[in-house]
Amino acid sequence: MRAAIFFLLFVLTACSGPVNSPYATVDAGKSIVYSAFDERPKHLDPARSYSENEYVYLGNIYEPPLQYHYLKRPYQLEPLTATTMPSVRYFDAQGRELPANSEPARIAVSEYEIKLKPGTRYQPHPCFAKDAAGKPRYIPIKAEELAGIDKFEDFKITGSRELTSDDFVYQIRRLAHPRVQSPILGLMADYIVGLKDLAKTLGQAAKAQPKEAYLDIGKFGFDGAYVVDRYTYRIRIKGKYPQFLYWLAMPFFAPVPEEVERFYRQPGMAEKNFTLDWQPVGTGAYYLAENDPNRLMRLERNPHYHEDHYPRDGDPGDREAGLLADAGKRLPLVDTVVYALEKEDVPYWNKFLQGYYDASGVSSDSFDQAIRMNADGEPDLTAEMRDRGIQLATAARPSLNYMGFNMLDPVVGGLSARARKLRQALSIAIDYDEFISIFLNGRGLPGQGPIPPGIFGHKEGLAGMNPVVFEADCARQYLSPPLEKGGRGDLTDVTSVQAPEKSLGTPTPLLQKGGETQEATCAKIKRRPLDDAKRLLAEAGYPNGRDAVTGQPLTLYFDTAASGPEAKSRMDWFRKQFAKLDIQLVIRATDYNRFQDKMSKGSEQIFEWGWNADYPDPENFLFLLYGPNKKVGAGGENSANYRNPEFDRLFERMKDMDNSPERQAVIDRMVEIARQDAPWIYAFHPKSFGLRHAWVKNAKPNMMAHNILKYRRVDPPARAAYQAQWNRPVLWPAALTLLGLAALIWPAVVAYRKRQKATAHA
Amino acid sequence: MLNYIVRRILYAIPILLGVNLLTFALFFMVNTPDDMARIHLGVKHVTPEAIVGWKAEHGYDKPLFYNGAADGLETVSDTLFTEKSLKLFALDFGAADDGRDIAREIGQRMWPSLAIALPTFLVGLLAYISFALLLVFFRGTPLDTAGVILCVALMSISGLFYVIGGQFLMGKLWHWFPISGYQPGLDAWKFLLMPVLVSLVAGIGDSARFYRALFIEEIGKDYVRTARAKGLSELRVLFRHILGNAMIPILTGVVVVIPRLFMGSLIIESFFGIPGLGSYTIDAIQAQDFAIVRSMVFLGSLLYIVGLVLTDISYTVVDPRVRLE
Repeated sequence: MRAAIFFLLFVLTACSGPVNSPYATVDAGKSIVYSAFDERPKHLDPARSYSENEYVYLGNIYEPPLQYHYLKRPYQLEPLTATTMPSVRYFDAQGRELPANSEPARIAVSEYEIKLKPGTRYQPHPCFAKDAAGKPRYIPIKAEELAGIDKFEDFKITGSRELTSDDFVYQIRRLAHPRVQSPILGLMADYIVGLKDLAKTLGQAAKAQPKEAYLDIGKFGFDGAYVVDRYTYRIRIKGKYPQFLYWLAMPFFAPVPEEVERFYRQPGMAEKNFTLDWQPVGTGAYYLAENDPNRLMRLERNPHYHEDHYPRDGDPGDREAGLLADAGKRLPLVDTVVYALEKEDVPYWNKFLQGYYDASGVSSDSFDQAIRMNADGEPDLTAEMRDRGIQLATAARPSLNYMGFNMLDPVVGGLSARARKLRQALSIAIDYDEFISIFLNGRGLPGQGPIPPGIFGHKEGLAGMNPVVFEADCARQYLSPPLEKGGRGDLTDVTSVQAPEKSLGTPTPLLQKGGETQEATCAKIKRRPLDDAKRLLAEAGYPNGRDAVTGQPLTLYFDTAASGPEAKSRMDWFRKQFAKLDIQLVIRATDYNRFQDKMSKGSEQIFEWGWNADYPDPENFLFLLYGPNKKVGAGGENSANYRNPEFDRLFERMKDMDNSPERQAVIDRMVEIARQDAPWIYAFHPKSFGLRHAWVKNAKPNMMAHNILKYRRVDPPARAAYQAQWNRPVLWPAALTLLGLAALIWPAVVAYRKRQKATAHA
Repeated sequence: MLNYIVRRILYAIPILLGVNLLTFALFFMVNTPDDMARIHLGVKHVTPEAIVGWKAEHGYDKPLFYNGAADGLETVSDTLFTEKSLKLFALDFGAADDGRDIAREIGQRMWPSLAIALPTFLVGLLAYISFALLLVFFRGTPLDTAGVILCVALMSISGLFYVIGGQFLMGKLWHWFPISGYQPGLDAWKFLLMPVLVSLVAGIGDSARFYRALFIEEIGKDYVRTARAKGLSELRVLFRHILGNAMIPILTGVVVVIPRLFMGSLIIESFFGIPGLGSYTIDAIQAQDFAIVRSMVFLGSLLYIVGLVLTDISYTVVDPRVRLE
């Protein structure tokens, strides 16, 4: 017993910090950001990675030529490793230079010139190490030397070198490397001059040599990107593709030096997990110092990081929010960033509340504990969170979740009036406002069209309302503020509210007040009544959910990859929504593989899908409805297989335009077509809810940038104080447990002794 | 005995081959190589060419069992099954679909698994047997009845409840241990205590009930009466004579798990963030990484067979009457 108490006391007092701290005591008080990851990254090669959970690291290690301004909205590109924004020149099919304002149809090639900042250096890495003679120390490496190296830290000698334009061109070539398997090769081959041919040539060359042999991609002809001088390179794009600038802010176009490939492609390296896919090499603010995806990933400040400063300007309100307190300071602001593996939500949330994670999202399990809705229906923190000094930041994600109709389907597909009205009726009947409330705890905005908030082309309020599905909530507006005449609003004044027009295309409702018609300034919108949906359904030939010709009930089929008990309530909700129109919904739940297979073959009828923006341009959403991009036959991202000639024509015009009122007008028309045709039900745009502790500074949600860690600052003494306050060990249960055990054991001991002493007769 | 062991090893070959075949067939019944390519290439901009390229790069572009395009022996050898599965018999696990070396991963991740499994196994065995013998000592008394009711209650509760309850009480409310996580080296102890405690409590119900039943069967036998008649203390009777004679059924359940201790626990490792082999397998299943799944299934089968052989051998140690022929 004494030993147990002694051991417990030892355990509880042996550490200088809280005993339940999951971190090493030597790290207490250091400038470290603590975060978590729930899924191990698959790829850390910038040509290969295309996942948000991998960009968390890559964005801070690799530096492409451009980046997004941290504070300004809408999102703005600015130079990162480049000195200025890239300049572009246009050429016709004969190679003659064209003026900047040339018609896109005349432009055969766009040539982007990128000038780099001199003096940018790579992180320390053994691939740059040199011996006394100035030759690479580890290239080639002898087998016996490699045999003695077990961990990456065992490479005792490291080096660095200056970033040059060769590295950018080399990385563009790597996109075509057959062993890299870049996910954007197919897309970029359509844009970058010669990339498709390079991929073909490299594929043949790779087949002709042993699998382990080094493939020297630099020696093959390629005129899609070339070096002008040490700090200047050019990229040649087919036609005009203004969105290419956004790609220049993604890790795909970050520099990779050739010696990195030569280092990692040596025999024996891959067997020790020494690959570029696991040990990245960049010029960013941090480098990956510890890569243990089974436990933690640790980023350390890059000692060679170039001069970079916190922005001096931002959006209105940023200064008041303290987001410019570090304006002009040298970046990065913290030394280390630790990501711990945390697969389950509950431990993550509890550790956040104990102060061991600096920030957290809000899962459904913890939503009620963290968030309450205020009188205006806006999310706010609960008293418990406020008492802890926790702060909430919300942001609409540049994403869209939608329910899609397969336009090749004979019932719901096609552009006939019958099918269109059926889709419109369903768009009204499926109440995604309710879905957001029930299944997302309010963390979403009802979709009004294909373009999410924050992206050029999206319109807010009534101007952005989808009149097919919604209407102005004028009565509510009329009642809420006191009227100028007669004080509070008087319902008797309103003789009628104009019914929605049958064409479902009039966004501005009219109020008739005292016999005088006036335009209402309705601020809110509401879903059209179910009667509108029923009327449309009847016009589509399915009165009361039955085929007017055959009398058979209308049965629709919903394909989904959501299966299992957790999806049941959602599927039941969908059935209920369709039942409002007396339509029977059959759920065809399957695994994601089968679902993908069905989608590629076009054998689905109705499905749900989503899209996260690659870059903040409407082209990145509207291309999902572009006919030639259809899934069936072309393998594109147009999963509904929607094809409207007018929409396609407008898309081809819009994609080459710069943001301007003319472009907005074209987008408005495209959105109008997409709303009327309704190939999708524009379900919702997810909203991101982020919580952070009081000691975390400069945290502004930025949904496009991936290199945000360098701006983050923490206050370690404040964190240590909070952690100590929140994690005092409670010892009485231990004492109680020991007493309870003693109470159980003692009678047993007494009984045993008694029995031992008892006579046989007894 | 040597003949017996050699024979058992030879028996193991068709068993492992069958397990391999079954794993392979089940996996590719659910997943096609195209599915695997899509999973690894992501969901955006995946072209048919990219899928073909991925399959070729990872060796999934061959027929499953029979290569009609090849001649001679290659019709069988130049197939996915031969390429991917038969190498396992040489313990060549190859690389995972994400490129990492599987043998290396197993070598790294077995230690955290062992760090939990070994103390849980040893302390658990001691505690469960002692508790069961205590119940046997008080058999027929209210204490025994209470103990059995407690055991039934404990074994009726889901293992997940112990995990979440343990994290809630010892991690969240009382702040005794980190709720989850792991650090290698000497710092590991504070991450291991709670999972070990939780595992012990979670296992006490059914183990103690099982051992109690074994001991109750022994306690009425003549040799126990003789031991008591010789004047031996009850402790000596219980721990030496009864325990010794009940060893064969105990060993049947215990020795077989010893080689598999380092394979880890799926739930415990996942919830406590322990980077062991249990979570490795779960992650691989979720990521549809066939290379890891087949390796872990093969390893598990192999170790199970080793465990069975060890169990047979252990019988000869505890009961001299047993001969392996």
